[in-house]
Amino acid sequence: MSTDTMIEMNEVHKWFGDLHVLNDVNLKVNRGEKIVICGPSGSGKSTLIRCINRLEEHQRGQIIVEGTELTNDNRSVEKIRGEVGMVFQQFNLFPHLSILDNCSLAPIWVRKLPKVEAKEKAMKYLKRVQIDDQAHKYPAQLSGGQQQRAAIARALCMEPRIMLFDEPTSALDPEMIKEVLDVMVGLAEGGMTMLVVTHEMGFAKEVADSIIFMDEGQIVENKNPTDFFENPESERTKTFLSQIL
Amino acid sequence: MTNALNEIKPPVIELGIIGWLRKNLFSTWYNTILTILGIYLLYSILPPLFNWIFFDANFVGSSKDECTKDGACWIFIKQNLKLIFYGLYPTEELWRINTAYVMLLIAGIYLLIPNLKNKGWVGAFLLIPFPIICVYLFSGGAGLTNVETRLWGGLFLTLVIAGVGIVLSLPIGVLLALGRRSKLPIVSLLSTIFIEIWRGVPLITVLFMASNMFPLFMPEGVNFDKLIRALIGVMFFSAAYLAEVVRGGLQAMPKGQYEASQAAGLTYWKMMALVILPQSLKMVIPAIIGSFIAIFKDTTLVLIIGLFDFLGIIQFVGTNPDWLGFSHEGYVFAAAVFWIFCFGMSRYSQNLEKKLDTGQ
Repeated sequence: MSTDTMIEMNEVHKWFGDLHVLNDVNLKVNRGEKIVICGPSGSGKSTLIRCINRLEEHQRGQIIVEGTELTNDNRSVEKIRGEVGMVFQQFNLFPHLSILDNCSLAPIWVRKLPKVEAKEKAMKYLKRVQIDDQAHKYPAQLSGGQQQRAAIARALCMEPRIMLFDEPTSALDPEMIKEVLDVMVGLAEGGMTMLVVTHEMGFAKEVADSIIFMDEGQIVENKNPTDFFENPESERTKTFLSQIL
Repeated sequence: MTNALNEIKPPVIELGIIGWLRKNLFSTWYNTILTILGIYLLYSILPPLFNWIFFDANFVGSSKDECTKDGACWIFIKQNLKLIFYGLYPTEELWRINTAYVMLLIAGIYLLIPNLKNKGWVGAFLLIPFPIICVYLFSGGAGLTNVETRLWGGLFLTLVIAGVGIVLSLPIGVLLALGRRSKLPIVSLLSTIFIEIWRGVPLITVLFMASNMFPLFMPEGVNFDKLIRALIGVMFFSAAYLAEVVRGGLQAMPKGQYEASQAAGLTYWKMMALVILPQSLKMVIPAIIGSFIAIFKDTTLVLIIGLFDFLGIIQFVGTNPDWLGFSHEGYVFAAAVFWIFCFGMSRYSQNLEKKLDTGQ
C-alpha cells in the first residue's frame, strides 16, 4: 500500500437487519483527493462515510484508514477518530458550551493540549471560517450557516488529515448554503482529503476529483466530474442526474 | 415623513384596576360566583389563623401556665428548642454541631453570590473534606468525647439523613442510569434489578429491613450503627428513584450529540462527563429537585426504627407531662420548618435552571 493512500475500502458489506445497505463497496482515496458522493436517499452514501470513523460498524470486508485497519479493537477506532474530522447535516454542536468551548473541548480532552493553547487554536480556526467574533456565544444564538461553519472549525481544531461531510448544507436555508460551501472550497484548496456527501452539483463540479454515484448500497459510477456529467455509463445515474440538474 | 406615517404602533392596553378586576375576576357570572366564594373562604380562614399564630399567641414566659391567651402557645417550642434542634446531644458539645452549621452556611453563601472566584474549590471542600470533618465533629474521637448516634436527634438528625441521602444518591443514581442503558448485558441487568427492587419496596419496609433484619444476616458480633444502616437504606432508595429520572434525561438526548462526541474521539466516560450528562441532568433539574424534596420529607419515617428526627422529637416532646396538649403548635412549627427547607430547594432549582440556560 502506498503511503499516499488515505482510505482503502475492500469488499465492504453492511446490513441493517435484512436491508443490505452497503453491498460490496470498494474505494480508494489518495492524499488530498476530494470525493463527492451522491445518490438517492437510502442509497447508503451516509452509511459509507459513517463507516470510515466507525459511527457505523461494517460487517464484512476491510476498511483501512491511514494504514490502520478498523477492527473491534477500541484503540484502532480511537486512533482513526483522531485523524478523521466529521461535519454533520444537523451541525450537532454541543448546545451547553460556547462556540469557543465547542472547538477546544476535544483538543483539551483527546489531544491533551493545555487550555490556553487549545483556545488559541480554536480562535485560529474560527477566524478561518470567519466567525471568531461569535466565539463566546452559544450555538442557539447563531444562524444555521454560522453553526455549520462553527462545526467545521470544531472538526478542524483536531487537525484531522481527512474530513467527512455528511450532507453539510441540506439543513440550511438557501441563502446560507453558499457561506458554508465557500468554507469547504477553501478547505479543499488547502489540500485537505475530503469525502463529501452532498447534492450540491455546482460544488461537485468545482471541487471534486471524482464523483461517486451510489444506489441500493452499491457504487454505480465513479468518475471525474467531466465524465460523470457528460458520459455517465449507467441508466440509474442518468435518471438521477436528469432529476436533480 | 411617509416612514413615520406607515409605522403602526401596537394598540395600548390600559385597563386600570377596575378594568383588570372586570377582565380577570368578574368576566362571567360563574367567574363572579367563584370570586365571591373565594373571598368568603379567605375571610373565614385567614383572620382566625393569623389570630392563633400571631395576635392571640403567647410568646413570653417559660411554662405552660403562662399560656393564658387563646392563641398558640409558642412557649412550648421555645422551652424545648434545644431538644427540637439537637435531640439528646449533650449540651456542652453543641458547639460541634454549630461549627459545622457555620461552615456550611459560609460555604453556601459563598456559592450563592454570583461572580466569585474559586467556587470550584469551595464546592470540592463541601463534597469531600467537609463530610469528613462533620463525621469527626459529630461522633467524636481523637480529642473529642464520643457522642453515640442514639443521642443524635431533632432537626440535626433530619439534616444528617437528608444531606447524606441527597448528596450520595445523585452520583449513585447517575451510575445506575448509565448502567441500565449500558450495552454490556451484565451491567445493564444488574442495574435494572437493583433499581426495580429498591423502587418496588416502600421506604418503611427498607428501614425496617435495615433496622431489624439486616443484623440477622450478619455474623455474630458484627454490628453496624443503626443510623448508618438507615442512611444506607435512604441513600439506595433515593438513588433508585434518581436513576430513573436521570435515565429519562439521557433518553431525551438527540443521537447527534453522541455521534459528534464519538467523531471527535472522546471516550465513553469523557463523552458522558463532558457532553451528555451536563445536558441531560440540566433537562431533569426539576425532577431531581423533586426527588430531593421527597427524600427530605421522607426522612421523617426513621421514627419507626427508633430514631428521633425533627418530627419525631416534636411528637416525643408533646408527650412530656409538663407540655401535654400542645401538639398543634408542634405540628404547625414542624410544617413551617419543613416548608422553608423545601421551598428553598425549589427556589434554588429555578435559579439553577435560569443560570444554566443557554437559549436552546
